[in-house]
Amino acid sequence: MTGPVIIFFVLAALAVLGAVSLILQRHPIHSALSLIVVMVALAGLYLLMGAEFVAAVQIIVYGGAIMVLFVFVIMLLNAGEEERTNFSKLATYAGIPLAVATAGLIAAAIVRSSGGLSTAGPNGALTSTKTLSMLLFLDFVYPFELTSFLILVAILGAIVLAQREN
Amino acid sequence: MSILENLWIILLLPLLGSAVNGLFGSKWPNKAVNWVALGSTGLSFVCALEAVREFVAGGEQAFRKEFVGWMSAGSDFRIGLDLQFDQLTVVMVLVVTGVGFLIHIYSTGYMAHEGGYYRFFSYLNLFMFFMLTLVLAANYVVLFVGWEGVGLCSYLLIGFYFLRKSATDAGNKAFIVNRIGDFGFLLGMFLLFRTFHTLDFNGIFRQVSLLPRDTLGQFGTLTVASLLLFMGATGKSAQIPLYVWLPDAMEGPTPVSALIHAATMVTAGVYVVARSHVLYTHAPSAMYVVAVIGCATAFFAATIGLVQSDIKKVLAYSTVSQLGYMFLACGVGAFGAGIFHLMTHAFFKALLFLSAGSVIHAMGGEQDMWHMGGLRSKITVTYWCMLFGTIAIAGFPPFAAFFSKDAILFSAYNSGSNGKILYAVGLLAAVLTSFYMFRLIWLTFYGEKRYDEHRVHVHESPQNMTIPLMILAFLSLTGGWIALPALFGGKDYFAEFLSPIFGMGEVAGSESMQSLEHTLSLVAVVAATAGLLVAWRMYAKGAGRPKMEGFYKVLYNKYYVDELYGALVVGPLVWLSRNVLWKVLDDGVIDGAVNGIASISSAVGDTVRHTQSGNTRSYAVWVLVGALVVFAIIFWPILHPALFGVVR
Amino acid sequence: MVPTNYYLLLSAILFGLGIVAFVFKRNIITIFMAIELMLNAVNLAFVAFSQALGKADGEVFVLFVIVVAAAEAAVGLGIIIVTARNRKSLNVERVDLLKL
Repeated sequence: MTGPVIIFFVLAALAVLGAVSLILQRHPIHSALSLIVVMVALAGLYLLMGAEFVAAVQIIVYGGAIMVLFVFVIMLLNAGEEERTNFSKLATYAGIPLAVATAGLIAAAIVRSSGGLSTAGPNGALTSTKTLSMLLFLDFVYPFELTSFLILVAILGAIVLAQREN
Repeated sequence: MSILENLWIILLLPLLGSAVNGLFGSKWPNKAVNWVALGSTGLSFVCALEAVREFVAGGEQAFRKEFVGWMSAGSDFRIGLDLQFDQLTVVMVLVVTGVGFLIHIYSTGYMAHEGGYYRFFSYLNLFMFFMLTLVLAANYVVLFVGWEGVGLCSYLLIGFYFLRKSATDAGNKAFIVNRIGDFGFLLGMFLLFRTFHTLDFNGIFRQVSLLPRDTLGQFGTLTVASLLLFMGATGKSAQIPLYVWLPDAMEGPTPVSALIHAATMVTAGVYVVARSHVLYTHAPSAMYVVAVIGCATAFFAATIGLVQSDIKKVLAYSTVSQLGYMFLACGVGAFGAGIFHLMTHAFFKALLFLSAGSVIHAMGGEQDMWHMGGLRSKITVTYWCMLFGTIAIAGFPPFAAFFSKDAILFSAYNSGSNGKILYAVGLLAAVLTSFYMFRLIWLTFYGEKRYDEHRVHVHESPQNMTIPLMILAFLSLTGGWIALPALFGGKDYFAEFLSPIFGMGEVAGSESMQSLEHTLSLVAVVAATAGLLVAWRMYAKGAGRPKMEGFYKVLYNKYYVDELYGALVVGPLVWLSRNVLWKVLDDGVIDGAVNGIASISSAVGDTVRHTQSGNTRSYAVWVLVGALVVFAIIFWPILHPALFGVVR
Repeated sequence: MVPTNYYLLLSAILFGLGIVAFVFKRNIITIFMAIELMLNAVNLAFVAFSQALGKADGEVFVLFVIVVAAAEAAVGLGIIIVTARNRKSLNVERVDLLKL
């Protein structure tokens, strides 16, 4: 059990606990905070793998912007504890089996296709920001510009949607 | 323009008349309808005469013309609208158009006060078209078109008084019974095509003449085909067992009975057998069957005709009986004699029916002979014409049927081991024929009157009815004279005319044959006289209707054959149709299937409806299901060895 | 060091948990958060593959995913606000006007 593996297990346990907490909490604000825990754990895992830029972006954008937005909306709408309604019989009975099946399918596929990648684990070599930016602005410049456009559209959409009816 | 090159003109003229009368005639006065109907038929007759003239002038060469190609399928099957013209066609075409024209003239008088005048002539002309198609056809398919068409017109005309249930029932009966015969005819055609790969007359007969004869008792292809064609002939020409429609067909107007059920349509069966004589001469078993059935029918129908009280029914059974003679002739190989009798029968039977129509017209619609009597002085012209017809049918010389019947009986006598029996039965039928025909004369025209003079105003028919009668009476007298010289050692012109088709086999010229023929004709005359005398004893002084009991009752009820058919055939069929085909198949299977599809759709809809619950979480689950399916498809190559436990 | 499979399995587990949350929670916002959880799981898989294969393309894609998630969150929350105003409730089972 080398060091990185232990760190991995700790962070993995944290992420899973956060996800389980998201499911089990009744008040949405608690779920939001659990999600933040998950994201931080994932950022840690990114760092462990050597993707430093992605880890930073994860914290800043996801944790710092998106989750803050979520919390603001929860407070704006004055969300209370969840109602205990259960109108959907399908979801009650078929939900867990299907979820287990999906996750199981993916896991089985992962385990089965073990050739080629098992030994070449992440080696901790850091991926430099320079490499990323070279890719981003040279090979992927077109999608990059499109995403800026996408953000613009999202801003406009959000403003229009959230206006009060005058 | 040569008529022979354009034979279709003979066909089309009546069709045109029928169409014009049918489409426009309802608003026209009777005179206009007459012009169209008589004009088209008369013109057709003239064209037929012209065609005969061209034929004879051209050296009597058999003529055949192919017109439009009609159907073709596969590599062999080609049917064209082909028409042909040979000696046999000459006889048939002249009989059909000539007698048909006379009957058209008669109908203008007989039907003058009936409703639906234009419809009658439209149907009558349509009938002429189909009959001419039948007679002029050069292959079995076109003949069958005519065959079916005359059946249709027969149905239309029998049920002409369609407001009477008995008339419409009779029309149905005629059509359906004919259909049974047609089934056999179709099977025969199929067999012929399969064997010879053509349905053309010349094509088939050429191939058949190269084949060996089937032996007596062997049921080879030719025999079976001949028997099947004959089955169609029994339907159309009212032989045992499919004759039952003809007496009922008397529900139609009398000119219809004269034209269709005496002179032309019912002779179609005889024509087919005569035309296919090459087939029959190669199939002795079939010929034997034809002869036996013809002979049996001749006798059987004559017995029923002995006791009938309706004047038209007597003539109907007489027709069935005389048709039996024609088939007897064909069955013993004397095809020429059969056609000869067909021609003379057309004359005297049309005469008899039209005269009966004249009597009925005079009696204001009465048809029961027990309500007539003593009419001789009142409707003299009709009386003399009917007398001529009766003498002809009884077979007294020098009237027409003497020669034709004599030829038939002579050929039967000479035809092999059973010929004597056939001859004897035929002779007996001749005695009976003479008896019941003269019975008709005595009952109708002699004795004291058995009707109420104040109710029935007896009057002679108008000229447009009596003139055709007189023409037909003349033909009944003279029609047989073309065979007259044969009796005195000269030439039988008729047989010689037909010899390129049939061969001269029938009448041999040797001395012993001649004296035998003389003896037999003498016997025939004696037999006819015997029938006449017995009838005279019983009926000439007036008589009463006998009591309905015993054998008289059986004969009067036609041996209960209709009831027998009803119980054996019609009853089970109706039961089957009602209980199986209707209740089980139609209601259960077909309706069930259609309704079932509807209820399945409904049920499926009812079930699938639940996916549209409006519940967002259910929709989320369906999205998940879809995603699961996609994952499964993508990961299948990796997963399936694991799933089926293949150990690598 | 750490085998790639461990990261991938963790990703699968997180994805499964996200599905469970998506199906079972009734608050619209919580469901939306479950979607974000699933996206994060996918991001983890991308980065793991990127490092294992030695190419940085995976991480670039992760960046794009994050951007799209941000835009989606903005618009989605806007829609949630409007829906909550209309239906006066944040329970997704109350949004059932398409019931047959």
